[in-house]
Amino acid sequence: MGTYIVKRLGQALLVIWLAYTAVFIAVQSLPNDPVTIFLSTDSAADPATIAQMKAYYGYDQPLFVQYFSQLLGLLRGDLGYSLSNGSEVATRIGEVAGSTLILAGSAFVLSVVFALIIASAASLARGGKLRKALLNLPPLMVSIPVFWLGLLLLQLLAVQLGVMSLFPDGSFMSLAVPIFVLAVHLSAPIAQVLIKSVQEVNRQPFIEVLRAKGASEAWIFYRHTLKNAAPAALSIAGITIGALLAGSVITETVFSRAGLGQLILQSVTAQDIPLVQGLVLLTAVVFTAVNLLVDLIHPQLDPRIVTSTSGATRSLVA
Amino acid sequence: MSLITEHVGSVDTADQPLASTKTATKIGNPAARWFAAWWVLIPLAVFVAWAFLPSLFTGHDPITGVPADKLLAPSAEHLFGTDHLGRDIYSRVVYGTRQTLLTAGLACLVGSVVGSILGLLAGTAGRFADTVAMRFVDIVLAVPAFLIALILVTATEPGPLSLGLGVGIASIAVFARLVRTEVLRVRSRDFVQAALMSGGKYFTVLRRHIIPHIVGPVLSLLAVDLGAAILAISGLGFLGFGSPPPTPEWGLLISEGRQYLSVAWWLTTLPGLVIVSAVMLTAVLGRAINKAFRF
Amino acid sequence: MNATSNASSAVIRIEDLTVQYAQGTVAADSINLEIPAGQIVAIVGESGSGKSTLTKTLIGLLPQGTEVQGSVRFGGTEVTNLSLSDWRAIRGAGIGLVPQDPGASLDPVKTIGSQIIEVFRLHPSRSVPKAQWRSKAIELMQSVGIDRAESRLDQFPHELSGGLKQRVLIAIAFALNPQLLIADEPTSALDVTVQRTVLEVFVSLARKKGTTVLFVTHDLAVATDIADRVLVMNSGRLLEDRSVPALVAQSTEPYTKALLDQAYAHQDRQQPSTSDDIAITVEGLGKVFGKGRNEHQVLSDVSFEVQRGTTFSLVGESGSGKSTTAKIIMGMHPATEGSVLVNGREVANISGKQRYDLWRDAQLVYQNPDSALDPRQSIGSIIAEPMVNYRLGDSARRAQRVAQLMDQVNLPEQLVGRRPGELSGGQRQRVAIARALASGAKILVLDEALSALDVLTQEQILELLDQLQREEQLTYLFISHDLHVVERISHRVGVMCRGQIVESGTVDEIYSNPQHEYTRTLLAANPGKVLRELADSRTA
Repeated sequence: MGTYIVKRLGQALLVIWLAYTAVFIAVQSLPNDPVTIFLSTDSAADPATIAQMKAYYGYDQPLFVQYFSQLLGLLRGDLGYSLSNGSEVATRIGEVAGSTLILAGSAFVLSVVFALIIASAASLARGGKLRKALLNLPPLMVSIPVFWLGLLLLQLLAVQLGVMSLFPDGSFMSLAVPIFVLAVHLSAPIAQVLIKSVQEVNRQPFIEVLRAKGASEAWIFYRHTLKNAAPAALSIAGITIGALLAGSVITETVFSRAGLGQLILQSVTAQDIPLVQGLVLLTAVVFTAVNLLVDLIHPQLDPRIVTSTSGATRSLVA
Repeated sequence: MSLITEHVGSVDTADQPLASTKTATKIGNPAARWFAAWWVLIPLAVFVAWAFLPSLFTGHDPITGVPADKLLAPSAEHLFGTDHLGRDIYSRVVYGTRQTLLTAGLACLVGSVVGSILGLLAGTAGRFADTVAMRFVDIVLAVPAFLIALILVTATEPGPLSLGLGVGIASIAVFARLVRTEVLRVRSRDFVQAALMSGGKYFTVLRRHIIPHIVGPVLSLLAVDLGAAILAISGLGFLGFGSPPPTPEWGLLISEGRQYLSVAWWLTTLPGLVIVSAVMLTAVLGRAINKAFRF
Repeated sequence: MNATSNASSAVIRIEDLTVQYAQGTVAADSINLEIPAGQIVAIVGESGSGKSTLTKTLIGLLPQGTEVQGSVRFGGTEVTNLSLSDWRAIRGAGIGLVPQDPGASLDPVKTIGSQIIEVFRLHPSRSVPKAQWRSKAIELMQSVGIDRAESRLDQFPHELSGGLKQRVLIAIAFALNPQLLIADEPTSALDVTVQRTVLEVFVSLARKKGTTVLFVTHDLAVATDIADRVLVMNSGRLLEDRSVPALVAQSTEPYTKALLDQAYAHQDRQQPSTSDDIAITVEGLGKVFGKGRNEHQVLSDVSFEVQRGTTFSLVGESGSGKSTTAKIIMGMHPATEGSVLVNGREVANISGKQRYDLWRDAQLVYQNPDSALDPRQSIGSIIAEPMVNYRLGDSARRAQRVAQLMDQVNLPEQLVGRRPGELSGGQRQRVAIARALASGAKILVLDEALSALDVLTQEQILELLDQLQREEQLTYLFISHDLHVVERISHRVGVMCRGQIVESGTVDEIYSNPQHEYTRTLLAANPGKVLRELADSRTA
């Protein structure tokens, strides 16, 4: 168990470091340095100002110095300075992260609940038609653009029924509806994987043995199938963190909410590369951390994981 | 956003309840059976026709409107109504198809080609190649697809090329994982080793015994990924990172309609329905391909 | 009067049972059967004979949409039209099941203890009070011979060996003292020595508790060893229903006779030859897997020789290292130490071109022909593949050679364009053998090549191998866990245990006069004792 945790932790740190390096290389491979790109929108910028700013933000240093000083900063939680208003990137992110965290966090929890409801209803439904309808629900949900669902609900609830306002006003509805929209979007892939995994578990001989013990379908599903199917769904739930971020950006735009989404859009539009860089790293860290957590929960769900060493691929030419 | 393409298999098994019999195969007539499996090609062909011959489907100009006809509700004349400039929304949707489909197609091409090669290498070229390829995939996954596309679009000149490339890079991971899994599944069967022992060299075995088995899943994922790319591209278009107005593009159309939410429901609802149906059709196509290639 | 007492003493009474699956297959055809209390009845049949359908009907687990006609009575209750909840009351309590595959029949994410106690939880009215569940579970585990029962309660299935898992499943099946116990091939996934001990535990428990047992197996030898009465099934019909001695003495059905002949066939042992032309020499072979703490020795000092034109068998249980030996000889694994000569050439640790050269001389035939043939290729192109790869002949010559090979392995010519999926298991194994011979290899390594086949198909492939060996002077290295098959095919035998050859010699030496303790244990565990005794008394 101990080596398992250490191994996973090491992998997570490696991914973050590689992601940092990839982003650094990507920024370097841009046709110009961040300051020049940022100031290119401003026609009045003269070379002297550019040089002064470059020196101020450290972009005139040799590459490896920049690489290590930024990496060192990252270790201390310092993400550098935003070009658009000179404040710390970490501060700018911190200002709006809370709002997004509430939206994304609740949506994530709700999406898992939705997925569980759909999967258990589909597995336990008696009628073939009902089951089929439930099984087709996730593919339908996956095909609906988040922004369209959001606008549709705004149209219906704010314009037609008048039970919520078009802009956030702190009411329950103005938080609940965005969360619902995001959760519907997120739950579809989780539900799909959960259903598939449940179907795979149901094909295993031990399910038949449980029936022979006299267990009912519901007993089998809740006490056995679900626990066996959970690891696959958990993995996909971890990966949805990426989709969660994209969904948050769009949901925040649709419902005019402040948050990381708007910050991302602003920083990209203003070509504020240090801010973009910070946001990318933040998401990579969050993504990796959540998936590390998923990896650490796995052994609790499936006792076989720790003991089995992963089947590494051999070469075809051996 | 291409996350939803991750589990193409689940789309496929979704319609198989525990002990269902294959009713579809019981339809006797071969033409009827073909239609039951492949009807989805007909509406998809309509979309392709919209993309390449838009003028055949609408008489209205998508760019310049008739100001007198502004914000008209859907009617026989204007199927999807008109916008604030009096432009016919239906014709803007039809003309917007090309932009969306071409960009999505480019994204799929990038994702599938690069991803499949990575997956093949990971699955067949030994442990080192596997580790390198899979770490790369981990990184691509760790930075959300959406951000990759967004950054590429801003760092370079906005347009279909950078948009398609950005969305495509994001879906490399999905293809690489699928191909690797499928390769490992095929390789676990003895016939791959037997082929080596029958004197087959690396590329011979790859070509004769591995690739034929993964073509089906890859094509199936390609169809589903096309839908995912359409979603991602319209999402970016909605945020204003697609082609600049007045070029018609599906996401942009909805974003423009958003300002008239309270007066003209059709501006957002109807183009959105087109997106939903296009994406669902690709999912159905993916399922049909998967069935056709199953052995 | 007489009739009613009969009916009440019968645990199972089946009248005119016909079962038809939704897709149209009739899996059971007008079956009549009565099993009195306390009897152990074995059903013998090949896959697809309908034996599993019969047991599924008895426990109410046929798939939805299956049509059942006739009557099945369990202890006087008609069960063909029971409701789901009535079935649930019977399953586990009145009728127990010991499943086929112990490896996959326990929930991998639940502890052993919770899975035993689950039966009590499901049938609270039939079991002891809740406070005693745990001690009752321990008692049950001890009754099936599980050591350290208390500590094993909290273990997970993957921490137990296959034999222990099957014991746990037997404990679960006996937990509520059911009247009827259905055992569905309970030991076919186990090694012979484990099979023997598990069977002993199972049978003695059933006898002690007076449980009626319906024991399903494909192995006539196992059936006759444990049962009072043997039923033979084929294509949905009951062919025979006799006591064990009567089956041997009076059987008239050709199918049963064939099964019996197969089981008896130990008389025709191969005569050892004395050629000094050696095809394979293995000298001091050792293999270590893993590194550091995970390091374990799978082979140590394995040495043997195979004379050209003869069969050498490596026999042993799973994990004994016999398959690893085969893989090293075939150049698929590097050896840690020792040497392997094939046709006089060193092949341990070769790579690249040398391996391709080796594979022209020696070929491997796999256990499972399903997996060994690419389902997308036609039979013709599968057999031709080695010739294409090694550039032997032009396409006309290759087609000619394919036809010749197919003829040699008794495959009808018209199958050349078919795909493996359209062939039977035996035919597929013939294709695999034909492919192995296509490149001109005269040495075949047969890795459990008969294990996946039905008994009668095994018989045919055995004959084919024998015929090919005589015609083509083939050398076989035969890897198997099946003592019975090994006895028939081999000239010489090496017995493997924990990575070592503990004893080797001619078939006669090994089977009639085993020297090593392990060989004796292995032979004693070999099922078919009752049959052999009956055969001996008949010939005497």
